[in-house]
Amino acid sequence: MQLEAKNIGFRYDNGPWLFQGINFILKPREIVGLTGVSGRGKTTFCKILAGLEKPVEGSITLNRKELHRNGYHPVQLIYQNPEKAVNPRWKMEKILNEGWKPDEELLTSLGIEKEWLMRWPNELSGGELQRFCVARALGPNTRFLIADEMTTMLDAITQAQIWQAVLEIFKKREMGIVVVSHEAKLIQRLCHRVIEINSL
Amino acid sequence: MISSLNISVEAGEILAVVGASGSGKSLLAHAILGILPSNAKVSGTIKFNGEILTSARQEALRGREIALVPQSVNYLDPLMRVGKQVRTSVKKGNEAKAQREVFERYRLKSDVDKMYPFQLSGGMARRTLLSTAMVSGARVIIADEPTPGLDPAVINEALNHFRDVADNGNAVMLITHDIESALKIADKIAVLYAGSTVEVAPANNFTGNGEKLRHPYSKGLWRALPQNEFIPIPGSQPHPSTLPSGCLFEPRCVKATLECTKAQPVMRELRNGIVRCIHAT
Ligand SMILES: Nc1ncnc2c1ncn2[C@@H]1O[C@H](COP(=O)(O)OP(=O)(O)OP(=O)(O)O)[C@@H](O)[C@H]1O
Ligand code: SF4
Ligand SMILES: [Mg+2]
Repeated sequence: MQLEAKNIGFRYDNGPWLFQGINFILKPREIVGLTGVSGRGKTTFCKILAGLEKPVEGSITLNRKELHRNGYHPVQLIYQNPEKAVNPRWKMEKILNEGWKPDEELLTSLGIEKEWLMRWPNELSGGELQRFCVARALGPNTRFLIADEMTTMLDAITQAQIWQAVLEIFKKREMGIVVVSHEAKLIQRLCHRVIEINSL
Repeated sequence: MISSLNISVEAGEILAVVGASGSGKSLLAHAILGILPSNAKVSGTIKFNGEILTSARQEALRGREIALVPQSVNYLDPLMRVGKQVRTSVKKGNEAKAQREVFERYRLKSDVDKMYPFQLSGGMARRTLLSTAMVSGARVIIADEPTPGLDPAVINEALNHFRDVADNGNAVMLITHDIESALKIADKIAVLYAGSTVEVAPANNFTGNGEKLRHPYSKGLWRALPQNEFIPIPGSQPHPSTLPSGCLFEPRCVKATLECTKAQPVMRELRNGIVRCIHAT
């Protein structure tokens, strides 16, 4: 099982190319840091990897097969701003169980309190909401996780808590992870290798 | 939502405010600016230059004497080009020159001047917000998480800019969870948990394994950094509607005793700082 980006090129409408000819392979049991200056297209590339944006050129394959956008997607993306990733008109319980039913153990390791399930998204802080987005993305069929500034808005304790929970599942399930972060210390702590988007 | 909060920042000084996500750091900033939502209840006093800040004075001072760098990039006007948004914040001198200079400083090229907020990446939007406050000439700058998602070079530029502003006799309150950045420029650091200040310490106390810090939460926050131990404290911060009756940190504190459950500890002086913990030494 490997996630492969081949010759990816992307631009918005008729604007300049954000990037072209990007090749990238992510394997299971691998955590790769993706860095690059702001505005260089990291988020755009993450969306392409997760199948949320179509590349203008090139292809994304999983085990050399093109990915299709139906059913549960094996490549899950977690954004920096959880408020933008949840349906504001759904209670947290419904949001959490949208794709799969996370078990008690995962909820505990992520520090999700029972009582939060009955709340609306706007009644939770960013850190509380992000724990739900992480739980939701870690379904049994997730093979690759793309963490785009996943803990950038969170305090250090919450960040460590979320990452320790993710790392545990990463080991158990042999997933592959891409970490986008501007925090060099976090990248150093987590990643097996680091690539610069310009050098891809 | 926030209670028992005492902090002050003097001219020439940078106070960093760190703490749990959702501990009320943005609310604190909004309370000072007088821009809390109408369902918020405020008690206590906020003074500026020794005088109590009434809502009329807050309104008069906002953007002139006291400027905010808001946390949410949604504060940008979606319908106005960003160069213009920054120019309208310039209160003295040449607007166009000030705007171009600050964009230059934050590495925003001239084609950004004409962009609308939806065309900016996360980092570009944040640099625009920063620019807006920095050109205002205010004497107090309150920056609410100004650096997440920025490149190291731009972060350093912003930090040096804050230090310059303080060294010129202004006061800066830097709300951030980027403790490492805060330590580079702050004089003292206030730590918030569940809506109250648990400790205010000189910046140089954040070192080693946190042995110079006073409160168990501050120590835990320091140790959880990826460059330190990266080990979390289990559990989560209590919700404002279900606060414990004793010490707010008691449910997660390894040092807790029966006495800690009886009343919220009062703030007391300890080793050149202040702390809200009965067992701190
Ligand atoms: N809807 C859009 N229309 C036009 N241009 C866009 C749009 N969204 C993003 N862009 C541009 O695409 C470029 C890359 O944006 P992207 O969000 O991928 O950057 P990034 O590397 O993730 O940056 P950051 O580190 O600041 O998050 C930016 O220059 C931005 O201005
Ligand atoms: S007062 Fe007690 S429970 Fe609270 S932080 Fe101190 S030791 Fe822990
Ligand atoms: Mg981005």
